Amino acid sequence: MKVLKLIFKNSFRHKLRTFLTILGIGVAVMAFGLLRTVVNAFGSGVRASSADRLVTRDAVTFINPLPLSYFNQIKQVPGVKQVTYMNWFGGTYIDQQHFFARYAVDPNTFFSVYPEYEIGKKAFAEFQSQPNSCIVGSALAQRYNFKAGDVITINGDIYPGTWEFQVAGIYKPEFKSTDAMSMFLNWNYLNEEVKQTFPGRADEVGWYVEQIANGANPGEVSKEIDALFANSPAETKTESERQFQQGFLASVGAIISAMNYVSFVIVGIIMLVLANTMIMSARERTREYAVLKAIGFSGRHLVGMILGESLLVSLLGGILGIFLTYPLVNSFASFSNFLGAELSVQSITLITAFTAVVFVGIAAAIFPIQRAMNTRIADGIRFVG
Amino acid sequence: MANLIEIKEVSKIYRRDSIETPVLTGINLSVGNGEFLALMGPSGSGKTTLLNLIAGIDKPTDGEIIVGGTDIARLSESALAKWRSSNIGFIFQFYNLIPVLTAFENVELPLLLTKLSKQERKQHVEAALNIVGLAERMNYYPKQLSGGQEQRVAIARAIVTDPLILIADEPTGDLDKNSAEEIMTLMQRLNSEFKKTIVLVTHDAHTASRAKTLRHLEKGDLLPADGQAA
Repeated sequence: MKVLKLIFKNSFRHKLRTFLTILGIGVAVMAFGLLRTVVNAFGSGVRASSADRLVTRDAVTFINPLPLSYFNQIKQVPGVKQVTYMNWFGGTYIDQQHFFARYAVDPNTFFSVYPEYEIGKKAFAEFQSQPNSCIVGSALAQRYNFKAGDVITINGDIYPGTWEFQVAGIYKPEFKSTDAMSMFLNWNYLNEEVKQTFPGRADEVGWYVEQIANGANPGEVSKEIDALFANSPAETKTESERQFQQGFLASVGAIISAMNYVSFVIVGIIMLVLANTMIMSARERTREYAVLKAIGFSGRHLVGMILGESLLVSLLGGILGIFLTYPLVNSFASFSNFLGAELSVQSITLITAFTAVVFVGIAAAIFPIQRAMNTRIADGIRFVG
Repeated sequence: MANLIEIKEVSKIYRRDSIETPVLTGINLSVGNGEFLALMGPSGSGKTTLLNLIAGIDKPTDGEIIVGGTDIARLSESALAKWRSSNIGFIFQFYNLIPVLTAFENVELPLLLTKLSKQERKQHVEAALNIVGLAERMNYYPKQLSGGQEQRVAIARAIVTDPLILIADEPTGDLDKNSAEEIMTLMQRLNSEFKKTIVLVTHDAHTASRAKTLRHLEKGDLLPADGQAA
């Protein structure tokens, strides 16, 4: 018989209590995993942003549009390699539950500025030539079984009416962090339709995106762009794509902070659940620990046994929780369509969850270890729990 | 008979906050090698405290306790733990077996601290269980055994390392009359046949009568054989 066997047998001495503790830890780790996955999804735009792209928007708020006429002026700014523009299209596909991002983009420049959205030549040519065509992300296509030639009907809100777009092709994300859940439609088509229905809103652009040349100073380029439109009716604010994404995140910062706090409160809950079990267990075994000390087991042995037991239970709960996180995240993603982003459990979430359960396993053992070490053998042998 | 245990002017005072409670005062006692000593006395007389001091699970406030030539009162906690593992075998009133371990595994526990191989440990455990007559129940868990059988397993655990001294604190206190007789017969056998030095504490005169020597404690004093305070 080895000490490891004793640890295992002790851990399952009260099978129901241990099972409930493992289950409790598992459920908490699962909730932790879901929250961290959602928090990570919020930050995916920031992580996917490119260092060589700038975003120019209205100086007051990105809700205000900018004139299309800025396009040619921005192109002339030294350090700007190429420019594209886009609008948030909005609208509803089926109902509000089926949310995904929809942008009207310039078909001629968009995919050059965003090479991480990979599309085939045929799809690209069709997107440029067919006014009501659109390109959809691979994850979006998979979720709704979209394929080339399908017609996607959107009920407009920013641009009222019923809109039908034909899928010209499917883009693939170049990197894991690249968004694969968006739909891009032809800006020219949108603009032509707006000219007829809302002429006052024609030739308006949501924001511009500039790719800067190698070696160009992003700060200097930004200043020069904004200087072009200073004291105009539509002043601009140009910033890096990362700052732009972070600015967007700031608007939901309180929600993210709350989720961050809650996720770490969950770690505290796990610790309390396990600590409670370990304290009860150590108290019940006060006499046994005293007997073990009497027959020659050292403090080191007792620390090993109690710590081993605590770690075993916390790790089993952690493993259970990690396994449960995957179906929970998939189920959450399928019914919530969270932010239109593809929710997936990141390695960092697994590492954080694993680290948390190890930490909790160690922390929960501290008090029982202290108790076992400090109880005099003579007192422990007489202890009646 | 050479003395195995020498207790010289040993006192023990328990302190809690500012309150001092003297439990033993100026105890002198010699126990020869191969002796079977019973300590008797009423509750609070200090007999279990004296037993704990001899066993090295408590330390005296004053005096020397020399066991097998070692002054155990001066050993550190870790050195004392190591000393206990090879020199002392414990038999408790409530057996104190680990309920999730079989009889075999309970007896094997002290051997986990030695460098014996698995096969050697098995031989030692089987020999100890044979001595106490429970070899055929080595795979039983404590809850599957009677009180007397549990105490026999505890005795096997106490002797498995072949210690110098067996320390028994009320070994029959939780047993019926027949089981108590069996246990005391076994202890007499360990003393006579296996030459184990035994120090036993009991409040039961019949149990104490099975020992070779009987000493009484009263209010922390060790009385001489004639019953007068030393």
